[in-house]
Amino acid sequence: MPSVRAGLPCAHASQRSSIIEQVTTVVIGAGHTGLAVSRSLTERSIDHVVLERGEVANSWRRERWDSLRLLTPNWQSRLPGYRYEGADPDGYMTTAEVVAFISGFAAVAAAPVRTQTTVTSVTPVDEGYRVATDQGDFRCRCVVVASGACNLPSVPALDQGVPASVARVTPIDYRNPDQLPEGGVLVVGASATGVQLAHEIHRSGRPVTLSVGEHVRLPRVYRGRDVLWWMEASGVWDQRYDEVDDVVRARGLPSPQLVGTPERVTLDLNALSTAGVRLVGRLAAVRDGRALFSGGLRNQFALADLKMDRLLDTFDEWARAHSRLADADAPERFEPTRVPESSPLQLDLANGEIRAIVWATGYRPDYRWLDVPVLDRKGSLRHEGGVVDAPGLYAMGLPMLRRRKSTFIHGAEDDARDIVEHLAAYLARASAK
Amino acid sequence: MAEVKVQNGVNVDALLAAREALRGAPQAAKFTWRASCKWQNGTHSRTSVQGFHGLGEEQKHKTEFSFDADHPEIFASEDLGITPIEYVLVGLASCLTAGVASVAQNRGVQLRSVEAKLEGTMDLYGILGIDRDVRNGYDDIKVTFNIDADASKKEIEAIVAQSQKRSAVYDVLANPVNVTVTVA
Repeated sequence: MPSVRAGLPCAHASQRSSIIEQVTTVVIGAGHTGLAVSRSLTERSIDHVVLERGEVANSWRRERWDSLRLLTPNWQSRLPGYRYEGADPDGYMTTAEVVAFISGFAAVAAAPVRTQTTVTSVTPVDEGYRVATDQGDFRCRCVVVASGACNLPSVPALDQGVPASVARVTPIDYRNPDQLPEGGVLVVGASATGVQLAHEIHRSGRPVTLSVGEHVRLPRVYRGRDVLWWMEASGVWDQRYDEVDDVVRARGLPSPQLVGTPERVTLDLNALSTAGVRLVGRLAAVRDGRALFSGGLRNQFALADLKMDRLLDTFDEWARAHSRLADADAPERFEPTRVPESSPLQLDLANGEIRAIVWATGYRPDYRWLDVPVLDRKGSLRHEGGVVDAPGLYAMGLPMLRRRKSTFIHGAEDDARDIVEHLAAYLARASAK
Repeated sequence: MAEVKVQNGVNVDALLAAREALRGAPQAAKFTWRASCKWQNGTHSRTSVQGFHGLGEEQKHKTEFSFDADHPEIFASEDLGITPIEYVLVGLASCLTAGVASVAQNRGVQLRSVEAKLEGTMDLYGILGIDRDVRNGYDDIKVTFNIDADASKKEIEAIVAQSQKRSAVYDVLANPVNVTVTVA
């Protein structure tokens, strides 16, 4: 594959040997963020390799459930110099389509990807890093960690108290409802993942109880347009990490309750309770084989309704200032989340009513290979907008890395440009010394 | 039997009679406890308690009781009362202690002294919003009873266990309850 090499001596891959390859920058991960960075590096003639443990878009090939589609509409799927050009701009890509889209970008960008190359460690050495892989080692000035935000499921410690008779599944292992035993299913977590899995499992004939903590409610369509059109057009998605009031909170927000379907359905908690899903409060404890749920469900609903209305107010305000939106439908407000007439505060997990638990409790990145002291006490990367707290080390694709859109496909372009600009300046400073 | 001599000051006969009477009158057994709180200034508030509902009609304490709550000076408050979360310990301590006295009376155990020490631990990272994985309230509550009574240690432990089993405050702390907060 063509790659522009500048300055540093380069030993070409003799992958069995112990020769250390020299390269200016190593990008870890050939998903959309790593490839977007690669494109920016190529534009600046910074020589680099993109190391990929599997194939391009690997997690989309192996770690997604069957029915998953992108939350963003097709027209929003764009990467630097590359965009969706199919016949269904308002549709939502299946995982196979996402794989094809990202692979297409990798080819067009001629990204120097080394597939089937698993990074086993990144260690600081003089003026850079040593990147060890199962296919040989690299020596580089800069490393861009683009290995994703969703490598491992975050399973709460209270999993340990669940009776052995109850099957446990995480969204990384989940493919479809047939994997689950017949009978009741407790889905814990009401993010996009939680509501989607709750809905399809319930439709498979397994009665679902959904445990709801803090969540983000959104309609699929607002005033006749995809709600994510509004997020983009109004500038909300471009809000930067150094502009928002509380970036720690913003980075920890659950994903919005959205699903991509041809019918553009809204999949909020009202839709789920109409479908027959039972809503209970946040799972607070598992004690003596019983699940205990918070009695604060009503407030979780109220908070999510208030925040949704505040966001819709923002959209309306923006629309008023942009008269070209005269064709948009009138502002609308949605029915408040209905509080169930009765909602159990406890469930016996041992009596056979609940046969499986799905932990839709979030994901976290896997940094076990990162031998650089840049993790905080919670295991998160210490970084300022993707500039990690170690010279020449960068991150991509984390929640609100630089902007609210950072984890979405179209969010990679601006972040990659900014990160590579910083990286190029760092290299220039280093070589001027 | 020692029962006649035992006097812990709890009228167990009345309690047992009430249990029998209420068995046939489920509506009378529905109680509503009330408190009204008025903000004073800063983090200082005063809560008064007098009326409640039970036995099918409005009831009230002999007098109105008043409770000041505030925060200590290290929280930049004026310390005009104990903190709200400390009131939770007050509720738990007094509920379990009342239970110990009642159960001991019922079991014919003479108490000479009952003392309880309570400790609730919490991490401020929760209420300050520093760490979303840290809960706001107590992460652990420990109660240690020191009881001097005409009974073996095993009997005393059984009384304390029964007191927890029938404690309203213990139940509401250890098990979830629906909480609805509205703006009138």
